[in-house]
Amino acid sequence: MMDWSPIFISMKTASLSIFITFFVGLFVAWGIVKMKNDAIKIVLDGIFTLPIVLPPTVVGFFLLYIFGVRGPIGQFFIDFFSVKIAFSWSATVIAAVVMSFPLMYRSARSAFEQVDSNLLDAGRTLGMSEWKIFRKILFANALPGIIGGGILAYARGLGEFGATAMLAGNIAGQTRTLPMAVYSEVAAGNMGSAFDYVIFIVVIAFFAIFIMDYVTIRKEKQWK
Amino acid sequence: MAKLNVNIQKKLKEFDLNVDFELKKGCLGILGPSGCGKSITLKSVAGIVDPDKGIVSLTTDNETVYFDSERKINLKPQKRNVGYLFQNYALFPNMTVEENVAAGLSKDDDKKIVSDMIKRFHLDGLEKRYPRQLSGGQQQRVALARILAYSPDVILLDEPFSAMDTFLKEQLRIQLSNILNEFDGLSILVTHDRDEVFQFCDELIILDKGRIIAKGETHNIFENPKKVQVARLTGCKNISKIEIIDDYHVKALDWGVTFEVSQKISPNITHIGIRAHDFSPASENDLNSFDTSNSTKIEKPFEWEISLANGLWWKRDKQIHQHEFEIPKYLKVNPKNIILLEDN
Repeated sequence: MMDWSPIFISMKTASLSIFITFFVGLFVAWGIVKMKNDAIKIVLDGIFTLPIVLPPTVVGFFLLYIFGVRGPIGQFFIDFFSVKIAFSWSATVIAAVVMSFPLMYRSARSAFEQVDSNLLDAGRTLGMSEWKIFRKILFANALPGIIGGGILAYARGLGEFGATAMLAGNIAGQTRTLPMAVYSEVAAGNMGSAFDYVIFIVVIAFFAIFIMDYVTIRKEKQWK
Repeated sequence: MAKLNVNIQKKLKEFDLNVDFELKKGCLGILGPSGCGKSITLKSVAGIVDPDKGIVSLTTDNETVYFDSERKINLKPQKRNVGYLFQNYALFPNMTVEENVAAGLSKDDDKKIVSDMIKRFHLDGLEKRYPRQLSGGQQQRVALARILAYSPDVILLDEPFSAMDTFLKEQLRIQLSNILNEFDGLSILVTHDRDEVFQFCDELIILDKGRIIAKGETHNIFENPKKVQVARLTGCKNISKIEIIDDYHVKALDWGVTFEVSQKISPNITHIGIRAHDFSPASENDLNSFDTSNSTKIEKPFEWEISLANGLWWKRDKQIHQHEFEIPKYLKVNPKNIILLEDN
């Protein structure tokens, strides 16, 4: 009998993390695009992009350092809320958010940068507030790219392994996500049940790409 | 009485922009070659670009200071009530014609204004179309409708015809000129096309490398350009360095011809200009006449262009069905058609 818990854990983790990553990535990208100081822009861009460049275990190492029981944030949560972050379900979310954030941020940023800056200036001279310009012009015209980034980030969160292993561990029924389960089953010699999980991941990944292409193509057709 | 006052300085990569002008009525033209700072001037008025120093202010019933570096005032573009027509119109591609026209309006008053604008700009039936489904002329009408729906105090036009073929350009010029005539606020037209400023603007500024090199009534500047650069930008095809012979005679060094002029020549005159249309057939002993041997003629649909061996250009109108033309042996120019120029 197949253990369904990794599937539920993964769906829960991926859904919550994409919710966080999507909005944070979007607004951070907006902030970076609006930023006028190039030096600060480059430094911040480097920091936000680092998680996809570094090996996931290295990112996990840093996360453990910050969120672990002796880390600054980890200790704070234990002292004030009696909540242990490391090796709990929330740790899988943190790992997924951090690892998928650069994909969302970079996609949104390049989608924003491709919007003709004259459109934004036109909005300004027409008296539209910056928030309205963001929603109605920048976001609306960058939407296909943003959705693409969101789906890539979702897939990345779903497939997150290295940093999750470091920060959340591999506790069955709590932090064992789908990729963890595949690894554990293979390690235990159960190729059959590993195969079931693999099929599941492939189907979700394919479906995500399908949605991404569908939305992008449909939006572009509408304006043309 | 409305008055727009602009006096700004800005350091740019290639040169320093320094412009100073005042506009009290109608349309002001800013003419200059590409990259002379004219678009930046326009954007500084709109608030899209910040000058380093200076003042931009508009007086209608009372004075609104848009920008004042000393008093640290820099009004956001949103607060300036200025309409800006972008070179590519900057229509929002994700919005329909209707939504584009309503973009600058608040929710309460937009319905009526939008339908008025749609009618006024002959956009009936196109309300639900997206900008990409419109022709160039329709796009410009939508952009103008969007600006006028917002009822701006000043309209800024940034090279409105630069990316168009000749046929469309001529039609749209008439369309825009009608719209500007109905508009009772101030407007500024930036362009590198002398025909456009001549058609639209009573007042004209000529910019070169960030400096104003001519300022005044359009007709005056075209008739008496005073400076070499100005003459060139207003379309004077023949310009030559000179050697002054006496008060009324000069030798044009580039063409090797001596001319009599109608005005007394002051010592700071270094060049003369002759418009290509100002020559006429002559005989050998006429005043200001010269030999035309070894000329080349180029046939255009409605004019002959003759390139003379000495470097002068002559243009002569013709009918479309005429294909033969004998170049006269001698050409002359009336002394009062010789423009005296200073080298900046």
